Amino acid sequence: MQKLISKDSLMDDRWTILKVATGPEILQAVPGKNLIVPLKFWKQFSEELLDYAGDVAIWLDSDEQAEQIGERLHELPLIALNFPVFSDGRSYSNARELRQRYAYKGEIRAIGDVLRDQLYYMSRCGFDSFDLRQDQDSELCLQAFNDFKTGYQATIAEPVPLFRRR
Amino acid sequence: MYRYDAYDHQMLADRVAQFRDQTKRFMDGKLSDTEFLPLRLQNGLYIQRLAPMLRIAVPYGMLSSTQLRKLAYIANHYDKGYAHFTTRQNIQFNWPHLEDVPELLADLAEVEMHAIQTSGNCIRNTTTDQFAGVAVDELEDSRSYCEIIRQWSTFHPEFAYLPRKFKIAVCGTAIDQAATQVHDIGVYLVAGPNADVGFRILAGGGLGRTPVIGQEIFDYVEKKHLLTALEAILRVYNREGRRDNKYKARIKILVKETGVDEFRKKVLQEWELIKDSALALTEEEIQRCQKYFYAPDYKQLSDNPVELANQLQQDLLFADWYQQNVRRHKIKGYSIVTVCFKETGVAPGDVTDRQLEQLADLADQYSFREIRISHQQNIVLADVRQDELYALWKQLKAGAMASNNLGLLTDMICCPGGDFCALANAKSIPIAESIQRQFDNHAELLDIGEVNINISGCMNACGHHHVGNIGILGVDKKGEEYYQISLGGSSKNNASLGKIIGPSFAQEEIPDVIENIVGVYKSNRAKDEKFIDTYNRIGLEPFKEKVYAKVN
Repeated sequence: MQKLISKDSLMDDRWTILKVATGPEILQAVPGKNLIVPLKFWKQFSEELLDYAGDVAIWLDSDEQAEQIGERLHELPLIALNFPVFSDGRSYSNARELRQRYAYKGEIRAIGDVLRDQLYYMSRCGFDSFDLRQDQDSELCLQAFNDFKTGYQATIAEPVPLFRRR
Repeated sequence: MYRYDAYDHQMLADRVAQFRDQTKRFMDGKLSDTEFLPLRLQNGLYIQRLAPMLRIAVPYGMLSSTQLRKLAYIANHYDKGYAHFTTRQNIQFNWPHLEDVPELLADLAEVEMHAIQTSGNCIRNTTTDQFAGVAVDELEDSRSYCEIIRQWSTFHPEFAYLPRKFKIAVCGTAIDQAATQVHDIGVYLVAGPNADVGFRILAGGGLGRTPVIGQEIFDYVEKKHLLTALEAILRVYNREGRRDNKYKARIKILVKETGVDEFRKKVLQEWELIKDSALALTEEEIQRCQKYFYAPDYKQLSDNPVELANQLQQDLLFADWYQQNVRRHKIKGYSIVTVCFKETGVAPGDVTDRQLEQLADLADQYSFREIRISHQQNIVLADVRQDELYALWKQLKAGAMASNNLGLLTDMICCPGGDFCALANAKSIPIAESIQRQFDNHAELLDIGEVNINISGCMNACGHHHVGNIGILGVDKKGEEYYQISLGGSSKNNASLGKIIGPSFAQEEIPDVIENIVGVYKSNRAKDEKFIDTYNRIGLEPFKEKVYAKVN
């Protein structure tokens, strides 16, 4: 069953996440795939990644911050932000920071403990794809985006707050 | 007071539907305990010692008589006939069943009420002075700003999973009634350089295990920057607040560990980015919210009418109550009445469904159909005509709501404690009662004068014991309930945290300990000196000596 929601429909995933990657030899084990690699790995082995056949994206853990990505941010087609546990809210701010401070236009993906009841808030903070935890009911998750018809705040999804619209 | 428009109603309806679905999935076993936990907490629902406890939001403490009647219905229909006022101007019910909660929330939504974000690691109900809008020493009515903050913080998608709970207070008066400095964020309305009213903003205050007074982050921001300043502080906290240790996760620890200057620098860096964004408030929005708090239709009256003077002379009990419970109002001919809910033998803050209905009737009859809940767990009728005070008092008396101990020693702040709360180390309600029984002479109470006793059943400090002139904290000593006493706390403008007097006491010792403390005050006080002022002058030592003196 598909476990990836992009915008608000189910998709096949064209990316492979390397949750753990310590040395460049791992690239030979996954030849030609489109890889989401850890931020540290991406910075440390940028030379080796230049020669890699597939597309390359990165993921940040919740204790890493957008500013650590550096100048090459806009070369990235996708940045995944990890939720080690769904109740760790740091990645919401990281997504917003990527969109607002760095004007990042690529795809921002939620990975890790991604559950139905947090999808709506994630979508408002700048996430546009959601790699659901394996046990989640994908059809049920699609309904999450309609939990609320509107919200009060200025968000990435709706930059004009309600008080300027009512 | 604020009235919902179609947007507010829609959001509330969506929320009720969302929680109904979440509760159903939980009951069907499709949502684990851990996953349901923050969802139910953000709808005010705790699983407690005896049954669930539901905390209802009362934005900045204001309730209409229609809402009071609905609360009376809920107390009667879903609870055992009573409700509890909290120290953060909210209302709690102790006995609803989990499966009934979605229906209860739907009932509340009919009167524009809810339990949103009354618990959990998110931005909680914003509180303010219970006398906002009627206080004589007010720079500007704080309630419209509370409402603006309420809307911004409600369902804020970025700040729903903070490291820990987050509380904001706003103060618009010279005398701080809102304990503003011990909040995660404290907002003061202040006059700026060009005499424009704006905000001074503190962060990092809090009670709990590590009590701290907040530190200044913004010395002055213009009104339009209220939300951008708050959002900048919250973003730094959400990203950098500690998540490795629950007891170090409040913003006060982050500010302390980062250093206030460095913390301020980080906040300003965020603020620069957003201060001129669409989040900056518009004059239209400020006015839109202010218009909900316009003064009611006051009559042209004069102060101290003759009939009041006569009634005060003829009825001494009324005069006693008047002296303690009635305050000056900014409009001539009106008074602010506080109904004290601290009858001996009744848990502080507890109110019956019948009393809720009576309060609704009294609000209709005497105070423009509104009441307010105070931090001291009492009820305020803010706009009573002076020539109707006597009639009001007689009705309060008939309803057993005419306690005249407001602000006196027996008007204690007290958490629900070990009788109800799963977190508590010790009971707190019986302690309050034992003190009330010890001090049962009204003349003596008047002689002792203003002194706050605050009681918490554990270090989560729901009874705000750190800022009580006399603080009492329940502790666990090898499975026995003991009580630690601190002196000198205050939540007013010169906020201070109490100092622990020494080793803790057994429950039965407490009334005598308080008696001894009061005795030291009485024998040392200068004329008209309040307890806190005597304490500040003579220090802890004389109290300590007396309390721990060996009985010969």
